[in-house]
Parts: sequence; C-alpha cells; structure tokens
Amino acid sequence: MQDFAALVDRLVYTRSRNGKLDRIADYLRSTADPDRGWALAALTGALSFAAVKSSTIRNLLMERVDPVLWNLSRDFVGDTAETASLLWPDPAYDVPPPPSLSEAVETLDRMTRASALSELPKLLDRLDPPGRYALLKLATGAMRIGISARLAKLAFAQAFDVRVEDVEEYWHGLAPPYEALFAWAADGAEPPDTGNMPLFRPFMLAHPLEDARVDLADYAAEWKWDGIRVQLVHAGGETRLYSRTGDDITGSFPEMAEALPFACVLDGELLVRGSHQGGEANERIQGGAASFNALQQRLGRKTVSKAMREQYPAFVRLYDALIVEDEDLRELPWEDRRRRLEALLPRLPQDRFDLSSTVEAADFEELTRIRASARDDAIEGLMLKRRDSPYVAGRRVGLWYKWKRDPLLVDCVLMYAQRGSGKRSSFYSDYTFGCWDGDPDQGAELLPVGKAYFGFTDEELKKIDHYVRQHTTNRFGPVRETDKSLVFEVAFDSVHESKRHKSGLAMRFPRIHRIRWDKPAEEADRIDALRALVRD
Amino acid sequence: MIADFAWIRPEPHGIHVVPADSWIDPSQPVERALVTHGHADHARGGHGQTVATPATLAIMDLRYQTKNGLPAEYGETIRLAGGVDVTYLPAGHVLGSAQILLEHAGERVIVTGDYKRRADPTCPPFLPTPCDIFITEATFGLPVFVHPPIAGEMAKLRTVLAENPDACVLVGAYALGKAQRVIAELRAHGHHDPIYLHGALEKMCRLYEDFGINLGELRLVSEAKKDDLRGHVVVCPPGALNDRWSRRLPDPITAMASGWMRVRQRARQRNVELPLIVSDHADWCELTDTIAEVNPHETWITHGREEALLRWCQLNQRRARALALVGYEDEDD
Ligand SMILES: [Zn+2]
Ligand SMILES: [Zn+2]
Repeated sequence: MQDFAALVDRLVYTRSRNGKLDRIADYLRSTADPDRGWALAALTGALSFAAVKSSTIRNLLMERVDPVLWNLSRDFVGDTAETASLLWPDPAYDVPPPPSLSEAVETLDRMTRASALSELPKLLDRLDPPGRYALLKLATGAMRIGISARLAKLAFAQAFDVRVEDVEEYWHGLAPPYEALFAWAADGAEPPDTGNMPLFRPFMLAHPLEDARVDLADYAAEWKWDGIRVQLVHAGGETRLYSRTGDDITGSFPEMAEALPFACVLDGELLVRGSHQGGEANERIQGGAASFNALQQRLGRKTVSKAMREQYPAFVRLYDALIVEDEDLRELPWEDRRRRLEALLPRLPQDRFDLSSTVEAADFEELTRIRASARDDAIEGLMLKRRDSPYVAGRRVGLWYKWKRDPLLVDCVLMYAQRGSGKRSSFYSDYTFGCWDGDPDQGAELLPVGKAYFGFTDEELKKIDHYVRQHTTNRFGPVRETDKSLVFEVAFDSVHESKRHKSGLAMRFPRIHRIRWDKPAEEADRIDALRALVRD
Repeated sequence: MIADFAWIRPEPHGIHVVPADSWIDPSQPVERALVTHGHADHARGGHGQTVATPATLAIMDLRYQTKNGLPAEYGETIRLAGGVDVTYLPAGHVLGSAQILLEHAGERVIVTGDYKRRADPTCPPFLPTPCDIFITEATFGLPVFVHPPIAGEMAKLRTVLAENPDACVLVGAYALGKAQRVIAELRAHGHHDPIYLHGALEKMCRLYEDFGINLGELRLVSEAKKDDLRGHVVVCPPGALNDRWSRRLPDPITAMASGWMRVRQRARQRNVELPLIVSDHADWCELTDTIAEVNPHETWITHGREEALLRWCQLNQRRARALALVGYEDEDD
C-alpha cells in the first residue's frame, strides 16, 4: 500500500504527461502481481466499492474529531479523503504492519455499508497519512489524478516494451488484476486468450490531409459521415456496439444489437434515419440520415423507450469489415475487404445497415470540386483510403486521410473551466481548451489555444458543468483544472500567430461547435493542424 | 484576581499599549512601535521610534532603512513611559524574532508575534513564560497541520538531488528566515556542496552570517554557468519558482519549503513537484500545547485560522477571544 501511495503522490505532483508515463511504467516494472494489476485498475477507475461513500468517511471522522474542527478543516483542505487522512488519530494500540494493496482491495471488496464502519478504521489505523489518503481515494473510486485509461495503457506498453495496440486488444477481455496481461507483456507468456467473446478491436484512424494531394489511382474516396464511429461485434451469440473510446454503448441502441445475425466485427458510422434537419437533402447522395443533433437525442441513454426508437431510428453505414465468421480480414488490402463487405450486405437487415458509398472522380481536381459542392449536414468531408491498406490499429502515416469540409473546425481538449457570471455564476461555463504539441502517444502535451463560453445549449451547459465537477484535478479560485478528457469541436472565424499564448496561436471568435462525448482526448487535433489554417 | 487590562487595547491596526502610547506590530506609522520580528506583515517602516531586538533592527534597516531603533536584548527589561515594562523573549520563529512581555500594574501580557517550538539552527528557542493574557498567532491553527520532523524533509530533498545528477533542485523559500533555515538545516544534515542563491536572497543571507549563523559556501546563480548548477540546490523566493528567471536553470525540479505543503492542493497551485513541509510557525499541536503550558488566564488570537483555535479553547474550558487585526496575512511559510 505504501508503494501505491507513493505512486499516487508522485502522480499528484507530476505535471507533464511524459513524467506521469515514466512514473507509472516504473511502478509497473518494480511491483509484483497482483498489486500492480490492482494499481492499474485503480488508476483507470476500473474499481469501485459500494460500501464506502464520502458520507461513510465523514461519519467515521465525526466520531473521532470535534464536528466543528472537522468542518473547518474540510473547508480549508477542500477534499474529504485528504482531510480525513490528515485528521485520523494515531491508534493507541500496537497495529499490524500496513496492508498490501491487494489485501486492501480484498478487504474493501468484502465490506458492506454496515461492516465498513468497523473494518475501514482497522485499515486506516495501519497506515500513515499518505497511505490513508490513497486508501480512501481507492475506496471511494475518486483518484482524479488525470490518468485516462489510454495513458495507463501507454504506460503499460512503455513499461514492458510492447505495442499499445496489442495492449488495447487484450485488455478488453480481462478483468483486474489483469494477471494474464502481465504474464504476456512482462514474462513472455502467450497472449491472453480472448476466445469467443465480443471484444473491442482498436480502430484504424486517419491523418488530416492538410495541404497534401493524393493520386486517385492509389486512393479511394468515401464520404466522411457526421455520426459517431462505431464497431459492431458479434461473437459467442452476443452483439456489442463500441464507441471510439471502446465504451460499450449497446444499451443505448438495442435495435442494432438485435440486427446482427452472424459472427463478425464491422466498422461503420452510427446515424439516425429521418427527415429531420437536412435529412431530405441527404437523399441526393445517400439514403436520409438526420443531423448529428438527432443522434444526440439517443446518446448516453441507459434505457430507450419505444417512442424514442421510432422517432430516432438508428442504423449503421458500414465502412469496413475486420472479421467475418472467424476469418480475420485485417491483413487484406482495403479493396479486398471492401468487396467482402459488399458481399455481406444482402445478409444484413436493410433498415439497419447500408454501405458508405465511394465517391468516383476522374482526378484530384474533380474530387476537390465534388467535396466543395457537398452542402449537407450529415457530411463532414471526405475520407481517402489507400487501396492496398491493411486494417491497422491507430493512425499510420500514408494509409488513411481525412479531408474535412469546413477547415475552420478543430477538435480541442477541455483544460480549464471557470465559473460564469450573472445567471451562469453557479456553472462552470467559460472553457479554456488546447491542442497537442505533437503525438500524444509519444508524450506530447496540451497547450491552450483558446477560450469560449458560448455555442452550447442550457441543457449541454448542465452536462458540461457536471462533467467538470466530476473530472476536476485542481482548483485555482474560480477556475478548475480538468483531467483533460473531454473533446470540444471548436468553430472559429480565423486563426493568427500570437506571442501571448504558449501555443503561438490565437483564434478569432472561437465557439463550442459540438461536444464530442464520444471522442478520446488523444485524438483531438494537434497544434500543427491549427497552424496550417493560419492565413496571414 | 480582579484583572482589569484596560491599559492594553486591540485596535484594527495593531495592539495599543495605552499608558506608554506604544503599538505592537502596527500596520500604520506610529510614534513608537514595539516590533516582534522582521516579516513584512509585522515590521513596517516610517515609525517615530522602533523597539526591537538588534537582529530585527538590522533586518528593518536592510529593508526599510530604519535608523532610529532602540535595541532590546533578549531578557533585558526596558521601562517605557506610563510605567510599562517590556521584555523581549525568544520566539524561535526567525533570526531576531521575539515575544514581547508587557508588565503594568501587576498584570502580565505576552504577545508572541509568530513563533514555533521546533529546534532551529538560526535562532534561539521559544521561551515559555507565565502570563495573564497570552496573545498568540494561529497561522497553522487547524488540526490538519502537524509539521513532520525536519530530518525526513531534508532526506527527501537530498534523495531527489542524488537521483537527478543532471538536474538541479530549485527550492522556493521565504526570503527572510525560511531560506536561511533550509540552508542551515541542509548543512546540519551533511550537505556541504555549494548552494546557489537567487540574487534577492543574497543580502539577507549575508546579514545572517554577520549575526554568526554559518550557512556554508553560497554562490549566486547570476554568476554561474548553466552546467555548474547541475546536481546542486538552488534557493529562490517563492515568487521566482514559476517565473521567467527559472528558465536559466538546467531542468529544475521545483520544490517549496512551507508548512502549507501539508495540503496537496496548496502544493499543486504552485506547480510544486517536491513539496517540503518545513514551517517556521507553530503547528496545531504546538499551538495548543503552548497554550496549555503557559496556562494564561485568557488567550487572545491575532491572525491565522483563529476560529478553530477558539473552538479548541472553548472545548478545553479556556477563556479566549479572536482579535480582528488588519494587515496580517498568511506568510509564504
Ligand atoms: Zn513571521
Ligand atoms: Zn505573521
């Protein structure tokens, strides 16, 4: 537990992403199973213990400390777990040595809300203040030290010198403390058997095209649809729908789970059918998809009413096939996979699936004209895919490009939120966001590029405010620093060089165009992409 | 005892010793000031006469060109107008810091100024002295503040230094007191390499040396080459930690020596990577133990987190009140 507590404190005080990666990797290398697996789970928020709530901690302290002194201390420190760790009285008896992390996890796991009142104090008695802090943060599932699941996977890959794509793939089938994952990465055992489980496979991603041009003899063009990218997996008689982050969103779209009748892994864009906003216009290019706003009505719902399913019926526009009936197609060239996908279509229900059509053009100039004339809400731009490209996880140079229609949109990561004024003074409504100064997988950092406080609805403001409060890692008066996990699509009029910002850029009239709840922070844009839009 | 104490009156800008027409640590210029120690929220320039220890007067001369001082040695009693006797007693806070004992009409009042009870190589220890009214500070007056032994904090600093031979450890420390104490403690814990200073600390360190405090070999960052600083300790005022100035240092690891470092949020607000819990103020245990030890008839609380200390007095059946003084602030301590 002390080693884990030391890691937690080091992470609290480490600002740079690279520094955090190094510290986690060091810990994973120097710690034995199962402690390191539990630590990994704790850092990524994969553990939760129903028995211990913030109120449990407060009640335990109220029995031991004067309530007035507790409240004054809690107000000053600003964090219940930390206050408790500092105020916990030293035990007046001989205590056993500190628990290991796995002993602590097992004890917490066995606790009920009633037994916590006698069991938790026994653990706390055996620890020093940093140990108590780590234990209480672990118990309440609120580490909040800015470690995303992605960062933890990168640290894991770095620790044992394995590919992060492989880590992603195996990780999903395993539960803490991930012993099979460590056996594979650290001890050279066979990769974990993911067997007949509907597991997520990491997506293949595209680079922005920027000023490059490609030869259409080598590249095929497809529309880039404005829904959310999903992966459909059917295995072992079960279907799952995964978002870009690998989150299971099957519950929000039950009709899609019902619609896939055979074992396969497919990649496509989740859309909502209908004649809402621009739906009619879409007909000219391909069967009516509604705007992203309509899709948003369905996102994040735990249960979906029949009315909701009828008003906003979901379907998937397919891009690619990764696995079909136990045959892994990922090594095949894109053209071959495309043919297999086309052959698959008659076997799928038509109301739930269609194919993302390719865009035919004689040359790049014609393609440029086609792209410019596409005035459709459901189209984000074009995708350019190398005809011989295998399906590889992540973003590989030269294989796939995205060519967004509106160049003055960038994906930024929320860094700081500030309380608004007037009727918004109870909300965190002013946002500072940033872009990466390089490849986030190679230790890039976020640099602030702008600030915005409008572009969202009152409903969205409430959701962002809630998100900010749940993801705060630091406070400076009215400003909260977040764990940098939420992506905003930011629209702006123009961008200029500026010496005032560390990024060297300043946006004019930035506004939140869309909140990308589905997009992992690592896939937000880089400073270079923004710099490419400077026109002065 | 029928205590009267009408002769000592807390006013918003200081404690007024009425018969002597003198003020203790006033925040405005007055005819005669009795100053506990040299920190800016206690010592100000522009008074008609300043009574303080010789070291405090030297510090005030350095900072405010205070020339008209009346030196008070520790333990020596000075009779002021109106029949008020004042005696300056060690407070253990910084060089020259004193508690002021006031005696008048058979009544004894002590004003602690700032104080601590831990050993400090740069000043003599706090001397607990019986009195009727004990006027105490409460900077760290919350039970969460328990300062750990300094040996562990110095060990943390030296470990990080040894693990990063190509970097330097930049320690933010309050310019008067904390900086010199950290240097002296490092020396006491076996660190004999030269220590590099931000220019703003130089004169105060020299003043300490003039008063017989050995700080070992000190060098100025401004006179060093970047590579010379690798593997060394650099001390600067807290304000310079995240300042442009620090860009001239080789991969600095940012440390801060302060009692506030006990709370993670406080450390993070300063972008501190290595928090060192080193304080020149009494922690919660020292504050409450000292009140119990001095056992005054009444406790008055000047500045800090007076609410919690007041609550403690109440829980322990001790008479107490909080004074609403202006101009005191949390020292960067
Ligand atoms: Zn002071
Ligand atoms: Zn003070």
